[in-house]
Amino acid sequence: MIVEHALLVGISKSFGLFYLIALSVAVVIYAMWPSNKKRFDDAAQSIFRDEAGPWR
Amino acid sequence: MIAQLTLIERQYAIMISAAVAVCGALMILVGRDDAMGIHGALVFLAGILTIFRIGESYFAPAPSDERLAHYYDDPSKVAIVLAMIWAVVGLAVGDWVAWQLVEPDLTFGVAWSSFGRLRPVHTTSVIFGFGGNALIATSLYVLQRTSRARLPDQVSPWFVVYGYNLFCLLAVTGYMMGITQSKEYAEPEWYTDLWLVVVWVVYFLVYLRPLARRKEPHIYVSNWYYMAFILVVAILHIVNNLAVPVSLGHAKSYSAFSGVQDAMTQWWYGHNAVAFFLTAGFLGMMYYFLPMRAGRPIFSYRMSIISFWGITFFYMWAGSHHLHYTALPQWVQTLGMTFSLMLLIPSWASAGNVLLTLNGAWDKVRDDATLRFMMVAGVFYGLTTLEGSFMAIRSVNSLSHYTDWTIGHVHAGALGWVAMITFGSIYATVPWLWKREQMYSPKLVEAHFWLALAGTVIYVFAMWNSGIVQGLMWRTYNESGTLAFSFIDTLVAMHPYYIARAVGGLLFLIGGCVGAYNIWMTIKVPSAVTDLAADVPQPAVVGSGALRAAE
Ligand code: HEM
Ligand code: HEM
Repeated sequence: MIVEHALLVGISKSFGLFYLIALSVAVVIYAMWPSNKKRFDDAAQSIFRDEAGPWR
Repeated sequence: MIAQLTLIERQYAIMISAAVAVCGALMILVGRDDAMGIHGALVFLAGILTIFRIGESYFAPAPSDERLAHYYDDPSKVAIVLAMIWAVVGLAVGDWVAWQLVEPDLTFGVAWSSFGRLRPVHTTSVIFGFGGNALIATSLYVLQRTSRARLPDQVSPWFVVYGYNLFCLLAVTGYMMGITQSKEYAEPEWYTDLWLVVVWVVYFLVYLRPLARRKEPHIYVSNWYYMAFILVVAILHIVNNLAVPVSLGHAKSYSAFSGVQDAMTQWWYGHNAVAFFLTAGFLGMMYYFLPMRAGRPIFSYRMSIISFWGITFFYMWAGSHHLHYTALPQWVQTLGMTFSLMLLIPSWASAGNVLLTLNGAWDKVRDDATLRFMMVAGVFYGLTTLEGSFMAIRSVNSLSHYTDWTIGHVHAGALGWVAMITFGSIYATVPWLWKREQMYSPKLVEAHFWLALAGTVIYVFAMWNSGIVQGLMWRTYNESGTLAFSFIDTLVAMHPYYIARAVGGLLFLIGGCVGAYNIWMTIKVPSAVTDLAADVPQPAVVGSGALRAAE
């Protein structure tokens, strides 16, 4: 199959555009989803939890 | 160090070193008519020396199981020392190159000391030697703490550290012998590239295995950035370096791509090297060491996630802004420009996170030079990304391209962001790693900070001025419609700025030497207190305004 310039342009300008927009929306929803808040706050604190070494 | 390895690990290490030595011998054999043979000798020597080094302690008693109760930090320690050595070398060569632009005769009159060969020695030493070693050191450190799992074994991390430094050494010595494939930041030739692929894949595996055994349910955001750095650099490196050597015994190779495709592949690589080597990895560093040092969690964890995905997906498309007004199709240029503008959002999300995390702890920033390194890094990160997005606009780029403005932008990022966050993180980790109460001399940390800041500001302002003057002179016409200035006129106009830049660079270099000395003394002079044996860094008490012991 010969991939032509026009085909690549077509894909970039249609699918390429929409999948990136969809992805951006998905990421913002994931990050802002209210019930995820506790998990994220916990993660931010996790580095301070003092444990003396590896668990195994 | 070797005594820490179990007997079977010592045997593996010897086998790997022997394999490296055999590869070196083969390179000597097939490459004897070429500079490649000299590299073969270097590889051979590296393998043999490692075998002897292990052999020295081969019969040392086996380590006790007590070691498994601690994180495995020896590779990080060695990588930090190597990073500082590369920093001093790379900055010194950078300043030499800067003085060559002031006074072109500052060579020894031999090929290896010419500008064209020393310039990539500078870029490779600072980016890959200094930056890369610091990233490997801190990534392994952070990985173990945040997943609370020990590195999987004690050989593979050594392979990564020493293998990677062998790569840097082959690259830098190659340039001085004239070996280059002429792709910026990807200059090393095919066999050096292949070696890096092996090292890098092992690095990725070393990174994945503790994560798979982690105790924390959530993977802390630093690890996401570090992983993006490792994975994407692997992809970039492999694709951009697809090439066919003229023969197995010759260093020279030809790229698999040609014409504008080659240019696009190179700058897709080049810009993502900025994104994933000079940005993502260092953001991983920042998201761990800044909260740790400040003793308060990151301001917005959500913002760090949005920033991560934004950076990962937008940067991929921005490379074409390096090829404005070229044979590249117009729409691809516009695509790169658009994504560069959008990049400002995730970039500023991270830069903002730095400042907002420190908001309310400014007294600590005032008193603690280590934290100040990190804060200044955040400010320069914000500045550089704003500038970059601006320069990516096609009409702005028509002024900035080919001028020193680009060099100013590069070093605002490289000195202000990359080097500052690295020095800050190293000053934070060194006492933790070597179980010291604080750095050997907090005063020298303070001195380093001011030298680095002064050097950066002088460098960047000199290049902004020089770049704009140069760009405007190139496009000034007289009444008859011809160029008002000859090329030599622009050189004369740039001369004072070049002197300023070289002086700024000298300050930065002195700062780097002060830092290297301070770190060396911290390692050498034993700690007065003995009860700092804990494996986990001691952050300042969360929420308290008190300063922790280290400066
Ligand atoms: C002592 C401090 C430094 C000095 C004096 C210095 C000097 C220079 C000089 C003179 C050039 C060549 C500019 C030209 O061709 O016109 C250069 C290029 C470069 N330097 Fe530095 N440098 C320093 C530190 C660093 C650091 C710490 C990094 C990275 C972490 C860095 C990364 C680069 C890069 C990426 C380039 C290539 C820029 C381009 O091609 O657009 N430099 N440097
Ligand atoms: C939003 C983020 C950024 C954008 C949109 C951006 C954009 C740009 C643009 C437009 C150029 C000039 C291309 C040309 O005219 O040839 C450039 C060059 C460069 N930038 Fe950035 N930049 C960003 C952040 C950074 C950061 C954080 C660094 C870190 C050190 C950095 C390092 C470089 C380097 C090394 C070059 C020179 C490449 C070369 O020609 O050798 N950039 N950037």
